[in-house]
Amino acid sequence: MSDSHTKLDISGALAAAACALLGGSGQAGLLDYDPGGDKWDVETAYLYYAESDGRVSATAPAIQLTHNVDTDETQVFRLTVDSLTGASPTGAVPSNDVQTFTGPSGSAYNIEGSQAPIDTSFQDTRTSFNASWAFPFGVKNSITLGGNYSTEFDYVSFGFNTAYSRYYNDKNTTLTAGIAMADDTISPVGGTPLAFDSIPTPGVRVIDSTSALTGDRSKNVTDLLFGLTQVIDRDSVLQFNVGLSHSDGYHNDPYKIISVVDANGDPAIANEARNLSLALYENRPDTRTRQSLYAQYKRNFSGSVLNTSYRYMQDSWEVRSHTFDVSYRMPFGSTSWIQPRLRFYTQSAAEFYTPFFREGQQPTTADTSLHASSDYRLGDLDATTVGLTYGHDGKRPWQVTLEYYQQNPRESSEKFGALETLTLNPDLSAVVFRVNLDL
Amino acid sequence: MASPCEILIDTKDLSLATHLATVASNEAWRIEDSYSRYLKNNQIHRINNAGGSMVSVDSELALLLNFADTCWNLSDGTFDITSGVLRRAWRFDGSDQIPVQSELEQLLPLVGWNKVLWDGENITIPANMEIDLGGLGKEFAVDRAAKIINAISDVPVLINYGGDLRANKAPTAEDSWQVGIENYAHSDTSAIIELASGSLATSGDARRYLLKDGVRYGHILDPRTGWPVPNAAKSITVARNQCIEAGMLATLSLLKGSGAEDFLSQQHCKHWIMR
Repeated sequence: MSDSHTKLDISGALAAAACALLGGSGQAGLLDYDPGGDKWDVETAYLYYAESDGRVSATAPAIQLTHNVDTDETQVFRLTVDSLTGASPTGAVPSNDVQTFTGPSGSAYNIEGSQAPIDTSFQDTRTSFNASWAFPFGVKNSITLGGNYSTEFDYVSFGFNTAYSRYYNDKNTTLTAGIAMADDTISPVGGTPLAFDSIPTPGVRVIDSTSALTGDRSKNVTDLLFGLTQVIDRDSVLQFNVGLSHSDGYHNDPYKIISVVDANGDPAIANEARNLSLALYENRPDTRTRQSLYAQYKRNFSGSVLNTSYRYMQDSWEVRSHTFDVSYRMPFGSTSWIQPRLRFYTQSAAEFYTPFFREGQQPTTADTSLHASSDYRLGDLDATTVGLTYGHDGKRPWQVTLEYYQQNPRESSEKFGALETLTLNPDLSAVVFRVNLDL
Repeated sequence: MASPCEILIDTKDLSLATHLATVASNEAWRIEDSYSRYLKNNQIHRINNAGGSMVSVDSELALLLNFADTCWNLSDGTFDITSGVLRRAWRFDGSDQIPVQSELEQLLPLVGWNKVLWDGENITIPANMEIDLGGLGKEFAVDRAAKIINAISDVPVLINYGGDLRANKAPTAEDSWQVGIENYAHSDTSAIIELASGSLATSGDARRYLLKDGVRYGHILDPRTGWPVPNAAKSITVARNQCIEAGMLATLSLLKGSGAEDFLSQQHCKHWIMR
C-alpha cells in the first residue's frame, strides 16, 4: 500500500471526524489549542538611588518586553535610562585649608578645608538597550543570543553575547558555556589626558593636538562563563559558575586625579597665584584579566525560599573580592511575600592603588610604564547592604524594595603629617528604592 | 482507564469543584463500562462474541466506529481497531520473546477492518475477530469530560487521564498550565510543555519493547504484517484542539516509523518526538 494520504490534509480530516464524534463544533473556538506561550509580557521597573551628603543620586526607569514565543523560546527587549546627578570624589586628598582644582570643563572650583575633594559638575544620562533571544535546540539544548548598546555623554558601548546550555539527567543537571564581547569607546570631556599630566590652570586649557590632549579611547572586553546547575532534590538547587574575563585598552578614569603632597602632608601647589593644587591624572594598566567563582544554593522550606550565594573574584591588578549574599523569601498572607536580604562585600586594593604622591616622587608626564590610581573603588573597602522586599503575586505581580547600602573604605596606612588627621576616603551610605510592576 | 486520572480545577468554590469532579468521573466510568473489552454485558463484548452475526449498536458507539473507520482510511489501514488479537503473540515485557512468523500468520487472518461489515448502524465481524476501542477511549473520555464541565462552569480546568489531557483556559494567576511529558522523564531528555487551552496527547511508551540479537522491537505493531513498525519513535506528543485528534495524530505518526517527522510537519501541528 502506498502512502496515498500523505499529501492530504489528514489533520483536517481528523478534526472534522472528531467534531462529528463529539458534536458541537460551534464551541470549538473556545477550546482551540493554545500553548499560552505566544504572548508579550511587559515589565516595568523604577529605581531611585541616593547617596548620603548630597553625593550621587540616580533615577533609572526601565521597561522590559518579553515575547514568549513558545514553551522554551523567548525574546527579551529591555530599555533603561539612568540619570545621574551630584558629586563624585575626584581622587585628590583633602587638606586642612581651602584647595582649588580645575575641572574637566576647564573651570576652577574650591574645596573647603578637611573636605574630600569632589567634582560637583557630575551629571550624566545613560541610555541602554538590550535584546536577547533564547531558543531550544533539540530537546537537550538551548541557545541564547544577545546584544546590547548603551550610550552616555562621553561613552558608547556595544556588546554581543551567546550561551549554550545542555541538559542532563532529566534536566536536573545543566551545563552552560557562554561568551560575551564588548567594545567600549570613551570620549572624555575636554579630551583624553596624558598619563600623569598635571591638571591644567583654569581657563587656559588648550587642546594641543601634538601630544597633551588626545582623542577617543577604546576598550575591548571578552568574558567567558562556564556554569553547572544541579537540582539536588525537589526543594533545592545548587549552581556553580566560573568566569574568565580579559579586557584590553583604555581603563583609566579620565576625571580622576592624584594629589601631590609636600613633606608636611599638605597639597603641593602648582600655581601660587591661583592657589591651584598640584594633582596628576591617573594611569592604569591597559590590560586586565579577571577570574571569578560563584556558588549559589537555593532551598525551599515549605513555601519559604532561602537563597545564599558567594562570589570570589581576583584580577591581574591584584584586586581580590568576596561577596556573600543571603535572602529569605517568606509568604505573607495568601498572595504576598516579604524578603529580607543581607549582602556583605570586601575587597583588597589594586597593587597600583596610590592615594597620593609625595612631592618629587611623582611620575613624569606620559610615563606609561608606571601605574597609579587614587580611585577609592580600587582601594581596600568593605560594603554592607541590608534590604527588604515586599511582593505581591497574581496576574499583575509587583514588588517594592528598600535597601540601605553602607560602604566603608579603609584608610591608607601611608598617611603622614597633615594627612593623618584627615579622612581620605570617607564612608558612604546610600538608599536604594526599587519598584517592579508587571503590566 | 488503567491509568491515573486527575482533574485540576482552579476555584475556591469547593462544592463546585466536587460537582465537576463527580460528573467527570461518572462520565469516565460510563465510558469504561460501555466500551472496555475486558468487561461483559457491554456492546463491545456482544460484538466480539456474536459468532459472526450482526449486532446493532447505539448512536454513541456508531459515532466511535465511524471515527475508527475514518482513521483506518486515513492511515492506509495501519490504525485498525481489530489489531488487538496480535497481542496474543506479542508480549512487550522487556524480554527477548519475539514470536515466530508462523504464530503471526495464524493471527493475521483475524485482523483487518476491511473484513468487517459496518453500515453505520449494524456491525458484523467474522467469528474470532475482536474490536478494541482502547486506542481512542481515553482521549474520548477526556473530550467528553471537557464538554460536560464546560456546560456547567467556565472555571479553569485541566483534565489529565493518564497523560492525555485537555485544558479550557489558563489558571487564573498564570499564562498557562505547565505539563511535563512523563515518557521523557524516563530517558535522558525531558520536556515541559505550556498549555493554556486545547489538548495534548502522547502515544508510545519507551519502556515497552523486546530486544533480541541487538534489535529493538517497539510495541507499535503494523496490523498488515503483524510486526512492529520499523524505526517507530519511542514517544510522540501532539497538540490539537480536541484530545482525540491529538491522540490519533500521535498514533498515526508512530505508525509512520521513520516518516513520523515528515508526516507531522505536513500536519502543521505542534508536536514533540522522542526517539
